[in-house]
Amino acid sequence: MVGSIFPVEIADVTVRKRGQALLDGISLSLAPQGITIVMGPNGAGKSTLLKALHGMERLNGGHIQWSQPKSVTQKRQAFVFQTPILMRRPVIDNVAYPLTLRGVSSAEAREKARQWLERVKLGPAAHQHAAELSGGERQKMALARALIGEPELLFLDEPCANLDGRATREIEELLLVANADGTRIIMATHDMGQARRLADDVVFLNKAKLLEHADAQAFFESPTTPQAQAFLKGEIVE
Amino acid sequence: MTEIFEGLKAAIWLIVTFDADLYEIALRSLYVTITAVIFSSVIGLPLGSYLALRRFRRRRLVVALLNALMGLPPVVVGLIVYLMLSRSGPFGVFGLLFTPTAMIIAQVVIITPLVASIAHQAIRELWAEYHDLLISLNATRGQRMRTLLWDGRRALLTASLAGFGRGIGEVGAIMIVGGNIDHVTRVLTTAIALETGKGDFALALGLGFVLIFLAVAINLLIHRISGTEVHGRW
Ligand SMILES: Nc1ncnc2c1ncn2[C@@H]1O[C@H](COP(=O)(O)OP(=O)(O)OP(=O)(O)O)[C@@H](O)[C@H]1O
Ligand SMILES: [Mg+2]
Repeated sequence: MVGSIFPVEIADVTVRKRGQALLDGISLSLAPQGITIVMGPNGAGKSTLLKALHGMERLNGGHIQWSQPKSVTQKRQAFVFQTPILMRRPVIDNVAYPLTLRGVSSAEAREKARQWLERVKLGPAAHQHAAELSGGERQKMALARALIGEPELLFLDEPCANLDGRATREIEELLLVANADGTRIIMATHDMGQARRLADDVVFLNKAKLLEHADAQAFFESPTTPQAQAFLKGEIVE
Repeated sequence: MTEIFEGLKAAIWLIVTFDADLYEIALRSLYVTITAVIFSSVIGLPLGSYLALRRFRRRRLVVALLNALMGLPPVVVGLIVYLMLSRSGPFGVFGLLFTPTAMIIAQVVIITPLVASIAHQAIRELWAEYHDLLISLNATRGQRMRTLLWDGRRALLTASLAGFGRGIGEVGAIMIVGGNIDHVTRVLTTAIALETGKGDFALALGLGFVLIFLAVAINLLIHRISGTEVHGRW
């Protein structure tokens, strides 16, 4: 790999839409390894933060400076969106798509896609149309499509929201393997158990503001803000 | 009721006896409209897709114009094309008036806005669906365009089929610029109008059934070829 996209400088990031702040002065330092979990109530700005880091939001203030130029940075990142995007193609071609964009021959891209489909246990569905997949299968397909490019950094926006316990575990295992192989992961989730299982550090957002960024253990054992304390107890956060 | 029954009988009789006039008229209908659909698709599909994908200053204006053109009454189009092609008109020297070519030109004018408009709508919807993915994957402008056209090909085919549907049943414009001349410019719709005028409802209905049959058959054939029925999703 030619030079990492890390370290990244995230300073005072502000995103506004229709006069409303979706992110308000977020500054963060992210380690080059590990799994960061982004938590917070609905509408806190989790999706917006992930998209901003991925370079998909126009900033109204502050800056996000990766260690590589923007074109390189975005190619080394992959994003699994909150609702999986289905291309009107067979499952295998959905997964192969990022490689074909990079000029990989279609035979080679399909072969790799087949391997990834095996890994996410979607092998038998390879030649089905993507629209025929169940909600959970769609999310697995989106994950395979994200991982096939071997990203240095993977964003996931609630990738297990529609999955049952077993499928969630399968995905978590895949993420742990990817992480062990060197893929940095930043993931938004509402699933407290999942956050505890995966997190190295936790970013807690509420109402567009960053309230806490701490080691997982510290965050779960002794959250410092009353909002995070309430959130962890499952209460409604004001 | 008896008239419909008589019409059906007349239609079957015309078909099973290989009525030469009927086949000639039906083939001319297909020739005119299919040729017009091809030209309209060549113009309308890229135009509609372009409007969906590129932002430029007068885009809204062009889209509004397209939608307005779509509502043009065919007789008015016929009249304008007539004036253009008539001996004293700007294209009079080509001597195209009252030929199938004139009918094709009129139909291209009628069908193209429809094809472009449906293509525009379809590609815009697909772009909205794919937007985040294509941006995230850093697809170049050309790659985005190719992906959307390829994955939207069935919707584009639908646009062409809608054009065919509009063209094959159209009578106002081709009557004016074609003149409904026997063995030259008579097509199914103009023949139906003529037979109805003469009071020969059985023959008119017979021709009408042939028209409906053709329209349905062409649609089914294209769907079969493109495999849309198998995959379900557009
Ligand atoms: N394009 C937009 N225009 C205006 N407001 C927006 C836009 N996109 C998002 N928002 C608002 O920004 C806020 C934050 O949205 P975001 O999607 O980041 O929340 P989230 O933390 O991911 O929530 P959830 O847990 O429900 O996914 C929400 O209140 C949302 O309504
Ligand atoms: Mg979200």
